[in-house]
Amino acid sequence: MTATATVPPPGRTSPVAAVGRLASQRWFTPALVVVLLVIALFVIPSAFDPFWIANFTQMALFAPVVASSGLLYGRVGLVSLGQVAPYAIGTWMTLRLGHGTSLPIPVIIVLGGVVAAVLGVLIGLPALRVSGLYLALVTLMLAAGVEILIAEIKFPNGGSGFKGLSKSISGIKALRRPSFATTDVTYYRFVVIAGVMLLLVAAAMLAGKPGRAWASIRQSEAAALTSGIHVTRYKMLAFALASFMAGAAGGLFAGAVPKGMSIDAFTRQAAVFLIAVTIMGGIQSLWGGILGAFFATCFLKFLTQNVVGHAFWTRFSLSMFGFGLLMNLVQSTKAAEKKGIAP
Amino acid sequence: MIFIEDLTVRFGGVVSLDAMTAQFPEGTCGLIGPNGAGKTTFFNVMSGFVTPASGRVVIDGTNILAMPDFRRARWGLRRTFQTEQAIETLTVFENVATVYEHSGSGSRANRKTAVMDALDFVGLTAVAHDKVRTLRAKERRFIEVARAVVGSPKVVMLDEPAAGLPDEETAELRAIIRGIPGRTGATVILVDHDMELVQACCDFTAVLDFGSLLASGPTAEVLRNERVMQAYLGVEDV
Repeated sequence: MTATATVPPPGRTSPVAAVGRLASQRWFTPALVVVLLVIALFVIPSAFDPFWIANFTQMALFAPVVASSGLLYGRVGLVSLGQVAPYAIGTWMTLRLGHGTSLPIPVIIVLGGVVAAVLGVLIGLPALRVSGLYLALVTLMLAAGVEILIAEIKFPNGGSGFKGLSKSISGIKALRRPSFATTDVTYYRFVVIAGVMLLLVAAAMLAGKPGRAWASIRQSEAAALTSGIHVTRYKMLAFALASFMAGAAGGLFAGAVPKGMSIDAFTRQAAVFLIAVTIMGGIQSLWGGILGAFFATCFLKFLTQNVVGHAFWTRFSLSMFGFGLLMNLVQSTKAAEKKGIAP
Repeated sequence: MIFIEDLTVRFGGVVSLDAMTAQFPEGTCGLIGPNGAGKTTFFNVMSGFVTPASGRVVIDGTNILAMPDFRRARWGLRRTFQTEQAIETLTVFENVATVYEHSGSGSRANRKTAVMDALDFVGLTAVAHDKVRTLRAKERRFIEVARAVVGSPKVVMLDEPAAGLPDEETAELRAIIRGIPGRTGATVILVDHDMELVQACCDFTAVLDFGSLLASGPTAEVLRNERVMQAYLGVEDV
């Protein structure tokens, strides 16, 4: 792109330009975060019934998962279809430690994130030898491996032993919640705050030295290397961060499910669905994580509950997500062509 | 001094560098030769993208080919590429800061001064906080030069920095390139097909042809060398 920027004549501004100017103000993003946080913490709990509070809880905990997948893809250039794996590992760890120990739940959630990050890095190490489509396939296979493993050992449900499985149905317990967040509304608030904290950790990393290294790697590994960037180390760091975010979100999920965790949220289909909503939400910014999570939870629920009958619409809306994904890819390819770079 | 000893690179049956042996003195040195002579391959060997079959490159007593690729920037090796490499999603300042902080050029406290200094050197302070994707071709090129000179480089390799630039911008670039050794103490190796630029910037020039050194010495003498002219213009068969 060699065209010079055109300066609009003074006195004539379009609404789009006005919004653009507003968004480019330095205070804009922090202000937006505060406004949305106030809406999420105070307006939503008083405006919606328990059914929707449950869906907003899902959205708030799913946002870091979508953002983690978007961060890997959009900011580092690593196409991972395996972000459901650390999500599942975090859920499993939180259930296990939550039932088996008396540690505070927030501590357990962080531990679950750390375990997911460590496993994410160990799994990622061999995967990083490949890139593009092959990395996508390898990570999808790894996600499938975790799915099969967890389907075999099952999620802990309050019983004893390593697996923490109860032998009788009456022994199945829901995960305890933090003492300050036992009701659905307070747990929702807890999830919103925790989810925002995870996104802020990612935002801080992106704004700092790692973010610049990732931007460099994404554009050209050769140029990154000649800048002195340890490419493998920074890819590992990206995997660790993304796995931590997804793992901790899995811990939040563990407390949001009433009784007995099923494998449904961690299947290969869920893995593909995750990358679809990631791309639909937008991969250039962490906001895309929130938007993608909205598509995956509240928006989908709204369609299935309020528009048409349940079973048909669920299937139909899933194919609509495919259509949305396709439109997104077509648009970004067009944009890439305009800029003269290969898609 | 840069000592290149017996550097050989083969891609299958193709010999890209054929026992290349050369020396570059301090200052700005030209590296010229017809297309396919092995100039970029030499840069790629230096960067660690290509592992040579044999040979060494010794600078200040260190064989830099023995270092892991990413450490070479930390040692002081910098380069630009034929294709544009400024990072689109970052600002001009961030682009240069990335090299500064990852090449271990100095402390974080000095980062701003060092980066602004490099931007001042190439005349980009006014756009320091603009995103690269909003800039013109010349400015993007100059960012890459700023990335190559920030901090404390020892060797700066420029791969066709003037390609595609109009004459007046090449003139600006020429002044910048000539200033690099004085500003940083680095040895500059300039690859370019623009002989006026090479002549104006380089006191010393080496000529590669078919992967080996054809001639080297003071630029004016080298460019008058009959074998060099033949390599460029071809030999008339009688």
